[in-house]
Amino acid sequence: MRGIIKSLATTMSTFIRGPVTHGYPSKHRELPERDRAFPLLLWDKDIDEPFCTGCHACERACPVECMTVIMKDNPNHESQDGNSKRRKIVDEFWIDYGRCMRCNICVEVCNFEAIAMNNTWSGHETSVYDRADLVMDLPQLMAQSKSDEIQEWVAD
Amino acid sequence: MVIESAPDFETQDLLINVGPQHPSTHGVFRMILEVDGEIVKDLIPHIGYLHRGAEKLCENNDFRQGVGYMDRTEYLASHNAELSYVMAVEALAELEVPERAQWIRMILCELNRLSSHFMFLGAFGVDVGVFGTPFIYAWREREALIDLFEEISGDRMMYAYFRAGGLAWEVPGNFEERVREVLVSTRQGMKDFDNLLTRNEIFLARTKNVGIISAEDAIELGMSGPTLRASGVSLDIRKSEPYMYYDQIDFEVPIGTNGDVFDRYIVRLKEMEQSVSIIEQCLERLNDGPIMPERMPRMLRLPEGQEVYIRTEAPRGEYGIYLVSKGGNKPWRLKVRSACLSNLQALKKMSVGQYVADAIIILGSIDIVLSEVDR
Ligand code: SF4
Ligand code: SF4
Repeated sequence: MRGIIKSLATTMSTFIRGPVTHGYPSKHRELPERDRAFPLLLWDKDIDEPFCTGCHACERACPVECMTVIMKDNPNHESQDGNSKRRKIVDEFWIDYGRCMRCNICVEVCNFEAIAMNNTWSGHETSVYDRADLVMDLPQLMAQSKSDEIQEWVAD
Repeated sequence: MVIESAPDFETQDLLINVGPQHPSTHGVFRMILEVDGEIVKDLIPHIGYLHRGAEKLCENNDFRQGVGYMDRTEYLASHNAELSYVMAVEALAELEVPERAQWIRMILCELNRLSSHFMFLGAFGVDVGVFGTPFIYAWREREALIDLFEEISGDRMMYAYFRAGGLAWEVPGNFEERVREVLVSTRQGMKDFDNLLTRNEIFLARTKNVGIISAEDAIELGMSGPTLRASGVSLDIRKSEPYMYYDQIDFEVPIGTNGDVFDRYIVRLKEMEQSVSIIEQCLERLNDGPIMPERMPRMLRLPEGQEVYIRTEAPRGEYGIYLVSKGGNKPWRLKVRSACLSNLQALKKMSVGQYVADAIIILGSIDIVLSEVDR
């Protein structure tokens, strides 16, 4: 009997504790800087083009092969009277979020710091009705970086 | 405890299917119980519903990519699973892991042991029939640990944080403070569980002398971890074959006496106290330094024709990695020795002759993770 009373006392003690839960979805927990949702491409604001040169390094390193990269000659390169130092640039880029296992390897292998893991809630709340909608294309991957929505944390 | 049924009228045994989609089976485990009245006469386990071929996937991926798959074999203690894998790779590549990385690994593995045991305590409480209270308590404490893991590695379950040679990136600046902070709430959580369950008469009545397995049988079946130690065998790989810096740490290996369900519970609870003390000792010795060896090759290649078996003490027992290399940047063969699969062998021995309701508690007390059993 004493054991049960002790158990009940423990249960009762929660009355004086504050709640530990958050009222999701109306209230969002603050995410740490390193939070890894899904990879995103970053936008070079100085030159107004993506950092990504389409070098395929991430595509080859991805364990689940969920990325597809197509490269093109940069029309904005210095030799074409542009203001960019990138000879090649990304033409098309798809990441299948349905397959990505959020391992951060693509971020680690990128030599141009062109890709980062989304560390905002927009990366977590990605439910869709159709799996095909999880395949993100270049404009979708760029959107958050263009609008300054993500706070960058690129692992070294 | 063998209960005889009344012999004067003829009865037929009944086959009951439990699982695979049933919360009490801790995943997708299915067992067929042959019952005579309330008594289990036979138990046929079915596994394999969660087989994803993790070993094969690792053989097709290089050593950095493999870490992510290791997380998924043991999703409640991913740090421990990653550790075995990277240690196997390091042993073959003869990499010297920097001191700081080792200490951080030890802290994270012990923290992961705590979070995994909290998960056990909660789920086990539900199995015993105290629905809600212990489960939510365990969740609360586990949440604090998982938040810490998220701050360090970026993910709440699939950390992908260890790399062959060291760590993927440096821990945040307030790491030590945060760990100490979390340990305070962990201590409180352990005390709560102690008060809630350990001396609770109803809990004792459900768990004492249920599902006994003797030390001889446990060894025979290849059990390991807390499930083995509950039977009175003092075998802990951290003590018997110290890896990392466990030989410099002062800790005890709690053992049970009876080998029943209660012992399996209490051994885990005591083990958590030891883990807290290990973490505190590690924090004292943590010093500054690199987290990756110097001259780390960009693409790790292993020497040809070598093999290694590395085992570590994961929360559920011996988690071993057998790695065969035939050169190149991928394992030629990778075998995961899962503690849960071996521990699960004991289920039949423990359950036969017990009540049907106790079969669920016994299964819960083994603390299986089906993704590790099936891989
Ligand atoms: S994101 Fe980086 S690694 Fe991937 S294609 Fe672009 S530049 Fe190359
Ligand atoms: S996070 Fe991992 S799985 Fe996802 S795209 Fe990058 S490399 Fe591929």
